[in-house]
Parts: sequence; structure tokens; C-alpha cells
Amino acid sequence: MPEQRELHEPFHQRERQEEADRLGMLVFIGSEAMLFGGIFAAALALRLLHPHEFTSASAHMKLWHGTANTAVLLTSSLLAAIAVEAARGGRARWAGRALWGAAALGMLFLAIKAHEYWLEWREGVVPGPPNADFGSRFEQLFMNFYFVATGLHALHLTAGLVLLGITALNRRARHDRGAVLIGNVALYWHLVDLVWVFLYPTIYLAGAGR
Amino acid sequence: MSAAAIDAEREPEDVERTSYLRAGYSLRSWFFTTDHKRIAILYLFSISFFFAIGGIAAALIRLDLLTPGPDLLSNDGYNRAFSLHGIIMVWFFLIPSIPNTFGNFLIPLMIGARDLAFPRLNLLSWYIYIFAGLLTLLVVLGGGVDTGWTFYTPLTTMYANGMVVMAVVAVFISGFSTILTGLNFIVTIHKLRAPGMTWSRLPLFIWSHYAVSLIFVLATPVLAVTLLLLLAERVFGIGVFDPSLGGDPLLFQHLFWFYSHPAVYIMVLPALGVMSELITSAAHKQIFGYWFVAYASIAIAVIGFLVWGHHMFVSGQSIYASTVFSFLSLAVAVPSAIKVFNWTATLYKGDIDISAPLLFAMGFIVLFVAGGLTGLMLAMLAIDVHVHDTYFVVAHFHYIMVGGTVTAFFGALHYWWPKITGRMYNEMLARIAAITILVGFNLTFFPQYMLGYEGMPRRYHVYPPEFQVLHVLSSAGAGLLAVGYLMPLFYLVWSLFKGARASANPWGATGLEWTTSSPPPKHNFTEQPVVVRGPYHYPLKHPSSRDHA
Repeated sequence: MPEQRELHEPFHQRERQEEADRLGMLVFIGSEAMLFGGIFAAALALRLLHPHEFTSASAHMKLWHGTANTAVLLTSSLLAAIAVEAARGGRARWAGRALWGAAALGMLFLAIKAHEYWLEWREGVVPGPPNADFGSRFEQLFMNFYFVATGLHALHLTAGLVLLGITALNRRARHDRGAVLIGNVALYWHLVDLVWVFLYPTIYLAGAGR
Repeated sequence: MSAAAIDAEREPEDVERTSYLRAGYSLRSWFFTTDHKRIAILYLFSISFFFAIGGIAAALIRLDLLTPGPDLLSNDGYNRAFSLHGIIMVWFFLIPSIPNTFGNFLIPLMIGARDLAFPRLNLLSWYIYIFAGLLTLLVVLGGGVDTGWTFYTPLTTMYANGMVVMAVVAVFISGFSTILTGLNFIVTIHKLRAPGMTWSRLPLFIWSHYAVSLIFVLATPVLAVTLLLLLAERVFGIGVFDPSLGGDPLLFQHLFWFYSHPAVYIMVLPALGVMSELITSAAHKQIFGYWFVAYASIAIAVIGFLVWGHHMFVSGQSIYASTVFSFLSLAVAVPSAIKVFNWTATLYKGDIDISAPLLFAMGFIVLFVAGGLTGLMLAMLAIDVHVHDTYFVVAHFHYIMVGGTVTAFFGALHYWWPKITGRMYNEMLARIAAITILVGFNLTFFPQYMLGYEGMPRRYHVYPPEFQVLHVLSSAGAGLLAVGYLMPLFYLVWSLFKGARASANPWGATGLEWTTSSPPPKHNFTEQPVVVRGPYHYPLKHPSSRDHA
């Protein structure tokens, strides 16, 4: 017998409540998308103001780190989608495994990102410390933008990791045939993925091949 | 409206016994409530508090401007006073004012729901708001902020003194409250409408709150990211606005106004929704052009996202961009005008019941039209260059935000007061207050149009002596306005104890909220209401045949 989530206060019907939970998550994701919209607007402005400097600064980015992270995060998102399907199909154990897999790949993403930051620290292109040494003023502006954008993304990714962990540990969520909690967490995880899918070309590919 | 009518006919003792106000008296039953009506009252108290603080700052500004010289406040003190006034009034009074009090209270009642979709989120939203508000208060009173409410770079990132960082953090935190409220409203309106409550039967109050919720969730995060970029620059030195690195401070203004112009519609759209209810109820008549008014709210919300550049006509942005922004700013006046025309058409040949809420509504129309028409002047490129950053602009946005929103807020407070508290206030005092506010407001802000047109810049502490007459008039008006705003505090509180008991439907209005008892029971309706007709299904009767409840 699949377990059901209980009704909470204003609702009379379970289906209604599940629809409302999902709509709430979608609205929240719309809101989050606008948050990153501001970041992309800033990137656009920097690129319009300094088209050549932007691409040459982008060419200094560690393309392989970015590419590997894109692959890692896309796969992680796939696992989250599989977890939803598994929960809907009543395969609670597989749902749990897929969630842990998604979380593990999320941590791998952070590890690769940390390595990239560390290399940049060694090269002295992290703003702040005394050894900082940028080729040009715009190079520093680009790195400022890069750290704010990827830092904000990493923050969202960390929040997503916590959510994935909580959901994977939640027995009731795994056994819920409606996959309400897993579905909503997966939606959030897809947002984290989607933001990266746009950050990757904006930061890494703009100067690739130069 | 069928089943819920049982709530309208209950005996006074029964109403008293089941009232949400009597569902618990402990502090816990208020501060940990998930009842949208009680949370609305928490908001009502807290925004009134912040309104008073912002008002005191305004009084200081007006007192200082009585004379051309710097008499009352120091230069820095004056900068801090108007920054405090702006920050508190915009983020902690105007933005949450109508949605978080009346929206919170009325949306479930109007659509026949037991509560908002996420009641605990609603409570969390209040806690975030009150935390951010108190933090702001601590900062602006303790350390002071002299950047104005707009936090422009590079002033804010490089030069401003005072506790800018904490003020920005507090405003950032308050955004979460706004987003959660908007999210809650959207989901509630989509998923918790009573059987029969189709989209075409939604009260216009709901339509305007739906529109405002869209702005809440889509514009507020842009402010959040803008403030984050600002903080990164000021705290960690990793700025993207920094001109010394080739960054563009104007980018800050673009991002800021991308939020803050829609924020103007956040402030005024709920007021427009209140108006549609007040006018139809007073005229006892079906709204003229329901769909025009409903879609006008959505149109204002959508076009409102595309006009932000009119704040930067003199910033050196491309003239082509300015032309487009000018055109769009004129375009956004069309749905606003549609609303005004439709309200007047609704009143035409209506069975008009003159009451305090109607007086507030009429005042609103006058002030909104005056503010709106000067908005059209400001949208013209050439005129804007002449009056940019003068008192003309100050007067314009006060006509919309104070003349519009605050007047509608008071109108709503009077109109729904019997529903919220179950008591009637003194009608005559309420009418006197409505007229005092209208006169006081015009006396305060009309001279500011003249000052601005003659060249008095905003945010200036000292001014040439020839401006003094107009400044004194404006300060005198502010005193009268303060009297008007303080009056309701007395007679409304008095009504709580001595006021006559209100019937379920004292105005003879048709909205679903009037079919339940005043005050409503804890879960709003004893039985699930079923809606069988539109929101303004008024039988137009001759005044003499109308039975005053």
C-alpha cells in the first residue's frame, strides 16, 4: 500500500494540495530564475561595454573544469529525474539510490569547482589577497563577476544538496506514489542545473577557441 | 450566495462565540497563529508602527524646510532623515501595506477558502518582515544611512558613511517576505477558489492582487541580486559596478529600477483593487467593463516591467532607448486611465450611498488622476530634463503613493473595518478625517509641484529665500495631513469598545466576504460556499426601497 501525505489545513482534497505544492515550487523557481536574470543582465552589460576584453578574459577560464562540471551536473539532473520516475513507479529503493547519486554528483561538482578556485588562487587572479595580479583592469572586473556568479550558483547548489539529502533520508517521500516532495526537490535541482547551463557558455565558451 | 448565508444570519452571541478574534487570547495564539486573518492583524499593527516612524521622519524634514537655512538638522542629519523616511516608507509600509493586511485578510474570504494555501509560510513571511523592519530601524536610527532609499553606486559602494551594509542587508531580507507572500497569493488564487468561483467571477480586488503577486515574485529577486552585487562590492571589494575597473555604475540603476519601477505598481495596484470594491459597493451597481478593469491590472503589471528606463533620461543612456522608454511609460497610462473611466462610469446613474469609504475613494480618484497626469509630463523626454530630480518628481510620486495608496489604504480600513472587528465606527468623524486628509494632502504636495517647476531640487537641505512661501505652505499642509492620519487612530480604537455591533453586510455589498458573519468564524465559512453569480451582482433599486442593514 503506497503511503500518502496527510492533508494540511486549508485543503479538502489531496490532489488539490499536491497541485498547490507543485505550483508553489514552480512560482518559486520563476522567482529564482529572475534572481539569476540579474546576473545574466550584468554579464550582457559587461560584454556589450567591453566586447573584446570580455572574450579575451573568458579565454583564460579553465574550460575543461567548466565542461566537466557541465557534464557532471547534467548527469546529476538526470538522476533526479529518474528518482521521480522511480517513486511514481513505486520503486522506493531506486528512488533513494538515484537521489543519493544525484547528491554525490553535486558534491563532485563542488569538488571540481573548488579545485578550479584553488588553481585561480595560485595564479593570483582571485580579487582580494595581496598576491592578486591581473593582466588588465577589465580582467579583474571579469573575475569579480565570475566569482559573484559562480559563488551564488554554488550557494544554490549547496542548498539543493541539503534538500536532496533530506529527501533521500525521508522514507515517506520515497514511498509517495505522487512523488510530491521528490518531484519538487527535483524541480529545484533542475533549476540549479539550468542556471549552470547558461553560466557555462556565458563565462567559459565566450572566449573558447581564441 | 447559498450555503454561506447561514453565517450571515447567525445570532450575535453565536457570532461572538465563534469569532476568530475569540479563538484564543494568549500571546501564543497570536504570535504562532496560522490564521490568515490574525496574521493580517499582526501586519496591520506592524505597518502602522512603521508608517508612524516614517511619518515622524517626514515631519522632521518638513520642519527643517520651514526656513531657507539649515536650522533644525545638520547636513548629515537631513540626509539621514530623508533616507530613513524613504527606506521605511517604501519597503516597510507601502509595499506590504494593502496586500499584506487587506490582501491577507480578504483573499481567502473573497474566493471562499478556509485560509491561504501555505498558512505557515504566511506566518514566516511576517516574521521575516518584522525582523528586517526592526533591523532597518536599528540601523537607520543607530548608525544612520545617508544614501537615500535608492542606494545608488558609486555613492553607496565607495563614499557613503554610516551603516549602509546593514541597511542593505535588511532590505534584502525583507524581500523574502514579499516573495513568500506573492507566492502564497498566486497559489491560493489558482488552487483554492470555492466551487463556482470561476475566473470571471473573481472580485477585481483579487485580480489586482494577482497582478501584484506576479510583480512580487518576478521583480523582487532582481532587487535581491542587485543588492547582493552591491554588498559584494562594498564588503569584499569584488564589484561589477566599479568604474575604476571599467564597470558601469549605471548598470546598478538599470537593475535597481527594473525592480523599483514595478515596485511603484506593487504599491498602487492593490489600491486600484480596493477602489473597484469601494466604488461598486457605494454605487450599488455592477462594475462598468469588468474585463477591461481586470485585464488593465495585468496590463499595468506587464508594461510596468518595461518602463524602468524613464528614471534615467538624464543619465546619458542612448536616446533611442529613452524614446522607447518614454513611449512605454505613456502606454502604461492607458490601462490606468481605463480604470479611472470605468469607475466614473460605474458611479454614473448609480444608487450612490455617500459614506466615508466613498469619500476616500473619490479623494483617491482626484489624487490618482493628478499624480498620473504629471506622470505623463515626466514621461516626456524634454519636460523630464527640465524637472528631473526636482520637487516636481517628489510631488508626482507622492500623489500616487500617498495620495493614491495611503488614501486607498484608509478607504479599505474603513470599508472592511466592520468585517475585521465586527464594530461600526463613527461615520461623521470618518467623513471629517477623509476630507481633512484630502485637503491636507493637496496643501502639502501641490506647492511642491510649483517648487519643482521653478527649480527646487529634491534632497536639498537649504534653498533660496524666494521658495520659502511655498515651503511653509507645504509644511502647514503636512501638519493638517498628520491630523487627518491621526484621527482614525482615535475613533477606530474607540469603536472597538463602544462602536455599534456590525451586521454581516452593513454596506449591502455583494462580495463573498459579506456573506459570512462580522467578524468571521475561525475557518471563514461554516459551510463551503458555492458561488452562483458574479462579484458585482447588484440589483439596482431605488434609494428609498433600499433597506439599510
